[in-house]
Amino acid sequence: MFGAGILSLVGGFAIIGPALIPADPAAQDFSASLAPIGGDFLLGADHYGRSLLARLAHGARLSFGLAFLTMLAAAVPGVLFGLAAAWKGGWTERFLELTATIVLALPGLMLVLLLLAFAPGNYGPLFLGMSLTLWVEFYRVTKATTKTVLAQPHIEAARMLGFGSRYILVNLVLPVIAPMIGTLSAFAMATAIIAVSTLSAISVGLQPPTPELGSMIVELLPYYAEAPVHVLLPAALIFLLVLGLQSLAQGDHR
Amino acid sequence: MRNFLLPRLVQAVLVAVVVGALCFVLMRVLPGDAAMRIAAGRYGPDARIAEAAEKVRLELGLDRPMAAQFLEWLGDLLRLDLGHSLVTGSPVVHELQVQLGASVWLAASALALSVLIGPVVGVFAGLKPGSAIDRLGLAGAVIFRAIPPFVLGLVLMLIFSKQLGWLPPAGFGSPREILLPALTLALGLAAMSSRITRNSVAAVVKAPYFAFARYKGLQESVVVRRHGLRNAAIPIVSYIGLQAVYLVEGVVVVESLFAYPGIGHALVHAVVERDIPMVQGTALVMGLMFVVIAAIVDLLTHWLDPRVRRTA
Repeated sequence: MFGAGILSLVGGFAIIGPALIPADPAAQDFSASLAPIGGDFLLGADHYGRSLLARLAHGARLSFGLAFLTMLAAAVPGVLFGLAAAWKGGWTERFLELTATIVLALPGLMLVLLLLAFAPGNYGPLFLGMSLTLWVEFYRVTKATTKTVLAQPHIEAARMLGFGSRYILVNLVLPVIAPMIGTLSAFAMATAIIAVSTLSAISVGLQPPTPELGSMIVELLPYYAEAPVHVLLPAALIFLLVLGLQSLAQGDHR
Repeated sequence: MRNFLLPRLVQAVLVAVVVGALCFVLMRVLPGDAAMRIAAGRYGPDARIAEAAEKVRLELGLDRPMAAQFLEWLGDLLRLDLGHSLVTGSPVVHELQVQLGASVWLAASALALSVLIGPVVGVFAGLKPGSAIDRLGLAGAVIFRAIPPFVLGLVLMLIFSKQLGWLPPAGFGSPREILLPALTLALGLAAMSSRITRNSVAAVVKAPYFAFARYKGLQESVVVRRHGLRNAAIPIVSYIGLQAVYLVEGVVVVESLFAYPGIGHALVHAVVERDIPMVQGTALVMGLMFVVIAAIVDLLTHWLDPRVRRTA
């Protein structure tokens, strides 16, 4: 409940916020540089006088959207390959297993960094690298669970009654693995949000002026003495996004 | 022994092949002629660069088929001939030696600090599940897990360097400078290990052999030490193995943040500057660091849990 509550608040801000807030996140106004919270700008303005509220909303949408797409791009092939490996076994499984081992040989962030070396600051390698590392988890869990499900007598009965493989997978296997996939998806999104903001903060991810939460923190850091809350706002937003997703995932579990 | 060292060896080879293959492709898809770039890196851009590039092409065999070049590239990699940095021109191996030392220190201090924090909190929480310590530990673990390492690092930097002025925000050399980056990593690691410890200790406390040790009149401290901790340690140590990922990734992030001159910092720089030999070298060393940590954890589990030895 707690996770769902936070997530719907922050998610709502991320999805509806950019549409409701008329301010342009890139519009500069030097006379309003580091404007305080509560004045003309609801949440103040950064050192270029850009509305922080608008930038936070667009940043949250970017993080959330990119994380969602990454999760989809990891979950769909991960689950399909997992089902295929458990169903077919043999060479299909061996090949997929080898691929998974190759991906897992390196820590995920390293793989993303290596791909980012092709085009630093671009969405493409960032997205590709993250989904490439995250699909393995979906694949492994799906494969392991499906295997145990397929070994149960009611599946054998369904097979002997002549039900097709598609019917069995959709109606008998999928309901069992669905809650686990849900948990993994929430964790994968949390991981993706952390990765996107981290990479931007160490200046290999998305580059400013893109309103990205991680790079906003680093951009505002030199002005910490004048405007401490401005620096902490994007950090708090990342924290809430990740906390919401992680609590949601754990809530499913219990 | 062979049962777990062999997979780690395979993993190490895979790391080299993946890193090597990606860097090989990278070297060839980057805009411009690879021979020209290497010549410029070696001799500096001058009027006779085209001739120099031609010599480089013949010398390095860049005119041969791709497959042959790739095999040779891998061969160099496996012989640890990592080439020269495109930016500084010095051998990659030299730069790596210095940086690796710094990173190993950081990783080791982070691990040591995390063991001081996480399992200690976990043991106290696990001995009395549901107590105030247990709840506090849970809240701390949830919070520290939801904060990305770079945000945690910044917050610590703001508190300990800006507000209190106790520790330097960046730099390298003395133990004072290693403390903040190590603490950043340690808190993240401890958030996870404290909960694992707590669950594992709570399970041991409920186990019949633990109750039996009490019934036969052993002192509480002896019961906890001899029957509790070693059994509880098995899942904790294998979990530290999973944390190797967090540690290696964290080293990259935290080093960049605190301007700590280690391998991770060098990797990020090399990516930004597209210095491919350095990218390859640093990624390779970090990947191997990951494998070594995992292998050490395997060894520890082996030593802690005699049952593994018997089945192996």
